[in-house]
Amino acid sequence: MGIEEHLPSGILLTTVEKVAGYARKSSVWPATFGLACCAFELFSAGGPRHDLARFGMERASATPRQADLMIVAGRVSQKMAPVLRQIYDQMSEPKWVISMGVCASSGGMFNNYAIVQGVDHIVPVDIYLPGCPPRPEMLLDSILKLHDKIQNMKLGVNREREITELEQARLRRLPLLPSLSGAPRSAPESMEPGQ
Amino acid sequence: MSTSADQADTAEGRVYNVSGQDWDEFVAAVDEAGDRTGEERIVVNMGPQHPSTHGVLRLVLTLDGETVTELRPVIGYLHTGIEKNLEYRTWTQGVTFVTRADYLMPIFNETAYCLAVERLLGIEDRIPERANVIRVLMMELNRISSHLGGIGPLGLELGASTVFIYGMREREKVLDLFELIAGLRMNMAFIRPGGVAQDLPSGAIEKLREFLSVMPGKVGEIRALFDAAPAFFARTKGISYLDLEGCMAFGVTGPMLRATGLPWDLRKSQPYCGYETYEFDVPTVKTCDAYGRYRIRMDEIDQSLRIIEQCVDRLAGKRPAHDPVMIEDAKIGWPARLALGPDGLGPAPDHIAHIMGQSMEALIHHFKLVTEGFRVPAGQVYAAIESPRGELGAHVVSDGGTRPFRVHLRDPSFNHLQALPAMAEGGLIADVIPAIASIDPVLGGVDR
Amino acid sequence: MTETNQPGQANEAGAGAPAPDPAELAGRERLSEQIVRTGMFGVQGTPDTSGYGGLKVRRPPPLSSPRPYGSYFDEVADALGGSLEREGWSFGDAVERVVSDRGELTFHVRRDHLITVAQRLRDDPALAFEIMTGVSGVHYPRDEGRELHAVYHFLSITHNRRVRVEVSVPDADPHIPSLVGVYPANDWHERETWDFFGLIFDGHPSLTRIEMPDDWKGHPQRKDYPLGGIPVEYRGATIPPPDERRAYQ
Repeated sequence: MGIEEHLPSGILLTTVEKVAGYARKSSVWPATFGLACCAFELFSAGGPRHDLARFGMERASATPRQADLMIVAGRVSQKMAPVLRQIYDQMSEPKWVISMGVCASSGGMFNNYAIVQGVDHIVPVDIYLPGCPPRPEMLLDSILKLHDKIQNMKLGVNREREITELEQARLRRLPLLPSLSGAPRSAPESMEPGQ
Repeated sequence: MSTSADQADTAEGRVYNVSGQDWDEFVAAVDEAGDRTGEERIVVNMGPQHPSTHGVLRLVLTLDGETVTELRPVIGYLHTGIEKNLEYRTWTQGVTFVTRADYLMPIFNETAYCLAVERLLGIEDRIPERANVIRVLMMELNRISSHLGGIGPLGLELGASTVFIYGMREREKVLDLFELIAGLRMNMAFIRPGGVAQDLPSGAIEKLREFLSVMPGKVGEIRALFDAAPAFFARTKGISYLDLEGCMAFGVTGPMLRATGLPWDLRKSQPYCGYETYEFDVPTVKTCDAYGRYRIRMDEIDQSLRIIEQCVDRLAGKRPAHDPVMIEDAKIGWPARLALGPDGLGPAPDHIAHIMGQSMEALIHHFKLVTEGFRVPAGQVYAAIESPRGELGAHVVSDGGTRPFRVHLRDPSFNHLQALPAMAEGGLIADVIPAIASIDPVLGGVDR
Repeated sequence: MTETNQPGQANEAGAGAPAPDPAELAGRERLSEQIVRTGMFGVQGTPDTSGYGGLKVRRPPPLSSPRPYGSYFDEVADALGGSLEREGWSFGDAVERVVSDRGELTFHVRRDHLITVAQRLRDDPALAFEIMTGVSGVHYPRDEGRELHAVYHFLSITHNRRVRVEVSVPDADPHIPSLVGVYPANDWHERETWDFFGLIFDGHPSLTRIEMPDDWKGHPQRKDYPLGGIPVEYRGATIPPPDERRAYQ
């Protein structure tokens, strides 16, 4: 599409955004990226009880070239990480990533040499879904949230404006740990044992 | 068509012009020219991301047309370091790691590990009767869900997506039971050293009986689709042949070994958890092929239903007043009785009252169990059980401490994938898929 | 109380007694072993006010079971001995010690005789261990000169028996002959053991990494290889990775 690049921000652009968002979210094709235990909850989500077909998502595209959504379901090992990145790169825009399960979101219970501690080290993640493994209903909830995100995705000049605003907001945000900011500490010390 | 006129040596090499109906001549010309440098062999990578490889398995195939001349499996894409992680956790916490190795049969991983720990502790014969019955019940339920989780994808990969849907639907019934009894659908960490985590909740027996009445019909539906389907025969009869000699050479056990006609089942020959007291058969076939393995898995589901019925009868029968599900040794485990209190689920109030108000020793035992766990005397043990895929063994070494010194899980899929080249080389590339599906590997167990 | 590491000097009660009883012998053996743990709770780095800091636990001595071993173990040991002798090997040369512990039989075999023992286990009809379920490694960093152990488990379907064979090699020379020629199933298991422990199996067709990426450095499951986790960040706190947390041992 190129039409949204040329439209000035206004009612025409927002209508195009709504239509495009509706079309995109109604038939998201997931790329089969089931790695470990979460893969079987993904299959169950595609099964008859929790039905992914009602979202138009039952056609899981094995080839990443035709996929829109990569659901990273399971632990990503060091050996698998370059493969993950390659599959992500092969997907064409627009593409989204749900990291399903704690192992994909943050390394999960495997805080060791073999597992990438969070798939966001490798690919940008849109929705993090905790659980070990998350129930299919939780996966459906995350997909619905993703659909909201897709529906409300801005295009063209609106998008550029949004990106700039988000960047400013992130730069102003305080870091997780007081010790990482330059500000003097008044909050309690970090709770490391032995101190 | 003369071959010499239609080839030319250019700067890039020999160029052949083919114009239809002349494939044989072209191949002959290539042979004659001595060009067999292997260029007509294609190397195909069925990469780790593939819908049909049952997980992150990478196969490097060398193809001659449609025939597979060489097949090399590459594993390790799901290596999680479970065995090393176990060395930094207590013995009981180890169950939560071990359960995620082969994620389709979590109960079996836990049972192998717990049997090994119990043998090291020397408490094998002090495990309560009810705990053993619950263990057998959970194992057989897991066997059903694992076989369905193998047959479903088998159908999906061969194009019979209805079988996949049916398999997932029946698997949901078993997962519901798991959720009711253990609290989680998968990776339950339910079997602990010394017994099980908690007793059956109320209403479980009724749900189990309902399940037993409904399942045979559902299994029949899947059978009706596959047992006598000509398309299924064409894809699986005579495919991925591995006879008894091959199985012995590759250390293959489980349904693949029983497909050669040898009725070797650890539940019968080296029983554990009281399996010798249950009545069930060990299905075998003599065809050694993918179809035979499918039939064995379906028959094993029937046999598992039989065992579950016997378990339910035992569990529902008249209970003595004191029927624990965890060993009554305060140095090893606390009573596995959970109850819903004002602040959520936790140990039963009378146990808390006992610890806090009545017995100093109980408080100390509880404190030591929670902080450091129990100590296991030094030694090493190999405990093997019959999992849905074959012999699952746990080699556990203890140095006398509260943490495992070394745990090695001998996973059956590891050996079976080694046998894959022997089963698939020389066949067509389309036969690789049913070959893998008939092994039913789970890469979590292979890579651990 | 001062502890000495010399056998025969540790116990005060046993001096001069005519026949030392087994418990006392075991005690003396134990007292001559290395110290593996000190303190009751094993807490490092923080002040331990429990008063049990003086506890010193020693490593158990290597087991060696006397005859009779029990159940079918004697038959297996005799059959193996007889089979080795028929081939011209001596049982005592091949097998360092035999352990029968917790219902399982272990032969500690010298590495030069490993292939012979495996062949006898497989081919002799009285033994008939058709399946070897796999080799796994164990790293005992405190066992000077015998740090790396390779443990093989055998299963006999004919006789419904199990046996274990263990080979110990030093870190300085971690070579063990490969059993792929006798039991082809060992192929991937040996690769995995090399990958995780650095045990080199001589004669293996292609000893390469199997679980770790091909260019990985180090052998992860050795005790001197760190667990490799990262500290976990929360809002306002970090929790160190599992191998650096306070541990109650």
